Amino acid sequence: MTTNILEMQSITKTFPGVKALQNVSLGVKRGHIHAICGENGAGKSTLMKVLSGVYPAGSFDGQIVFEDARVDFKNINDSEAAGVVIIHQELALSPYLSIAENIFLGNEQQTNGWIDWNKTNLEASKLLARVGLKDNPITKITDIGVGKQQLVEIAKALSKRVKLLILDEPTAALNDEDSAHLLELIKQLQSQGITSIIISHKLNEIKAIADEVTIIRDGRTIETLDMHADEITEERIIKGMVGRELESRYPDHTPTIGEELLRVEHWNVFHPIDTSRQIVKDASISVRAGEIVGIAGLMGAGRTELAMSLFGKSYGVKISGKVFKRGVEIDTGTVSKAIQHGIAYATEDRKRYGLNLIDDITRNVSGSALGKLAGMFGFVDDHKEATVAGKYLKSLNIKAPSVDSITGKLSGGNQQKVVLSKWMYADPEVLILDEPTRGIDVGAKYEIYTIINRLADEGKGVIMISSELPELLGVCDRIYTLAEGRITADVPRSQATAEFLMQHMTREREKCTSDNV
Amino acid sequence: MTTSNELTKPVSEARRVLNYLTGQLRQVGLFTALIVIVLFFQITTHGITLRPINVSNLVIQNSYILILAIGMVMVIIAGHIDLSVGSVVAFVGAMAGVMITEWHIAWPIAIVLCLILGALVGAWQGFWIAYFRIPAFIVTLAGMLVFRGAAQIALQNQQISPFPEAFRRLGSGFLPSFGTSGYEPLTLGLGVLASIVLIFGSLRQRWARHKYGLESEPLWWFILKLAFGAFLIIYIAFLLASYSGTPIVLVILGLLIVVYAAVMARSVFGRHVYAIGGNLHAAALSGVKTKRVTFLLFVNMGVISALAGLVFTAQLNLASPSAGSGFELDSIAAVFIGGAAVTGGIGTVTGAIIGGLIIGLLNNGMSILGVGTEYQSLIKGLVLLAAVAFDVYNKRRTGGR
Repeated sequence: MTTNILEMQSITKTFPGVKALQNVSLGVKRGHIHAICGENGAGKSTLMKVLSGVYPAGSFDGQIVFEDARVDFKNINDSEAAGVVIIHQELALSPYLSIAENIFLGNEQQTNGWIDWNKTNLEASKLLARVGLKDNPITKITDIGVGKQQLVEIAKALSKRVKLLILDEPTAALNDEDSAHLLELIKQLQSQGITSIIISHKLNEIKAIADEVTIIRDGRTIETLDMHADEITEERIIKGMVGRELESRYPDHTPTIGEELLRVEHWNVFHPIDTSRQIVKDASISVRAGEIVGIAGLMGAGRTELAMSLFGKSYGVKISGKVFKRGVEIDTGTVSKAIQHGIAYATEDRKRYGLNLIDDITRNVSGSALGKLAGMFGFVDDHKEATVAGKYLKSLNIKAPSVDSITGKLSGGNQQKVVLSKWMYADPEVLILDEPTRGIDVGAKYEIYTIINRLADEGKGVIMISSELPELLGVCDRIYTLAEGRITADVPRSQATAEFLMQHMTREREKCTSDNV
Repeated sequence: MTTSNELTKPVSEARRVLNYLTGQLRQVGLFTALIVIVLFFQITTHGITLRPINVSNLVIQNSYILILAIGMVMVIIAGHIDLSVGSVVAFVGAMAGVMITEWHIAWPIAIVLCLILGALVGAWQGFWIAYFRIPAFIVTLAGMLVFRGAAQIALQNQQISPFPEAFRRLGSGFLPSFGTSGYEPLTLGLGVLASIVLIFGSLRQRWARHKYGLESEPLWWFILKLAFGAFLIIYIAFLLASYSGTPIVLVILGLLIVVYAAVMARSVFGRHVYAIGGNLHAAALSGVKTKRVTFLLFVNMGVISALAGLVFTAQLNLASPSAGSGFELDSIAAVFIGGAAVTGGIGTVTGAIIGGLIIGLLNNGMSILGVGTEYQSLIKGLVLLAAVAFDVYNKRRTGGR
């Protein structure tokens, strides 16, 4: 028996037009906790989906050896039967079923098709004891917090006789106490002989529990570090994560920065359902005319939540803080008020929140500023409207047969340009762009950057949220880092490096709290 | 095959015409279906269907369903539904009866009061749907029971009849006649006027699109459509003129169609309705006051139901506690036959009217043929299913989502 429970050898996975994984190899030692690190989009989740059979054998190149035997998982059932269980970041529990029912969902404790409830609840309470959960197994999932739900997921994994447990960002949605408990549990499971792979952005957590860490960047394995042997610091891991060469993928731009347009002070936002969880913590940011300000933060840091709560309280509850425009306090409590005050927010999820996909380009472009096109009696001048859309079609180089094209049929880059057109036509003074280049190809990205520069040159203030550090470093004049809802740094581009940003994006909790006391 | 990929590439002229027609298939198909049904009944009833008196009856007897369909299509475009319209028709009819015959309120004032009552009913339902966020299905199901009960209470389970002659004209009267014999000149004049307006409006539209450099429909198609539309209007005017002239309710209906088609196609409010139905989140994040729009939609539906209630009561010369039962289903069916999407965001006022006419024609034609009500219901159900199945098939074929 070799020491490795899992060997993934030269895994290559291609999506249309993109090589998501290139020759990735991963060895996980039996009984160890193995961490996987990398930027958003580096390929971590894809690798785990390959391992767990979400992408079936044959849809990728390379091979997987588990417990000294080559395995070809066709689906999740195959991998779970072998003892590989993945717990996704978004929990997959049925909210109105009990804890016990959820644990045995798809694996019911039955005799001849009838559920044996005594056995179900008895077995469930045994499993709950193993994960340190004292709740009654007949409690409904909706009645317990996210932290406990995460433990139920692990109990469910244990019920499947798990040998290799994969946790994708397990603490992203948890508060400090629940996170600590979860990490403790993972160590406990280790002592019971269960191997774990943990994907995490929180380097302090990795340092605390991992035996090895593998760093993935741009779909390739960069290195595997032994957390015990060498003196591995967080800086060392960060270097591996971001150490790519910056190419000239960004248009040149000399900013003309004017007066302060928007200032946000002491902004606090709480989670809309779990109202005890604070998502944005005392954040203060500002943007000046002609300035492009970046917000760097990892997934779950509260970037989108910060932006959407500013834009008409579209996210969160118990929102507090002040917003000033040109030094005068303004009310951005509803979306229409925010728009009236010249603020626009272009969403990261254009399909869900940005576009009416069943309608044409014209009507999407005019969507947030119909008032400008309406004459007497509230009737829209649809010829003028089409002219406006036509203008953006040309100036932003939107590739579509005509302005009558349905937006749902356009490519991601062109859809994004329609979203930008919509907000450009609303003519705001401050534009918040949330992941403006997500899911679009390199050529289109360059065009989007050019448009952003043009907007800044027109004297608008641009706030750009992105998980791609090179993009922020290439486009922004100043960058804030956001870690767990807190602004942890504010640096001009000249002083910013990827290492510096990553360090502040992954800053430890203790440091943050002590800084802010 | 036309697929989404090809749309992004430059296409040949022939392909473009083909693309265009496939895109129009929904509208063309609907219209063709209407004509096929007319011809079918014209033949099977040995010419009774298109007799002047029958055409006049068709308009009058389906007017309230068509009126309801206008409000219903707007509600459905926004992604909601209204099951209460039949009961509201009964309730408003009952109140009209009470006001006019028991309280002796002058009928024009009673009409205004009834429309306000409809608005209040709509506001009540709109409040629960828009601001309290109870699904429209539940709220209007409750409304269906509540307002049926209210109608019965108002009438104390009796019927009220008769109504003043002037009030009855709202449902079954005709515009004053000028001719002494043969074809009634006012009706012919209105028909000619309507087709002239249609032709000039369409030409202006086309010219404006050309001026702004926008692609228009092919010329042959434009002329064909326009000629057909103008012919149809004059033909119907001709038929009506050779009977009693223009039904008053046709004038009301015509005005409603013109106003609401414009509202839905061109007003800011109409756009917001489509935006909400197409993507509620995106609409809200674009600054659309989604709650207010939803609320107003139901207020509007209430007023339209009240109007339908008045027309129906006037036509039967009777306020009955059981009036209007099943109207909600007929009007919803009209909307879906007319091409609206269950998920919202898609639908037109004219589509709903054509859908309503198809249902009306089926009712009328089958009654003339002496088909029993049980078979009428069965056939209407199958037509609804076939229309929506065609829609779904058509979308899948053209690579829609």
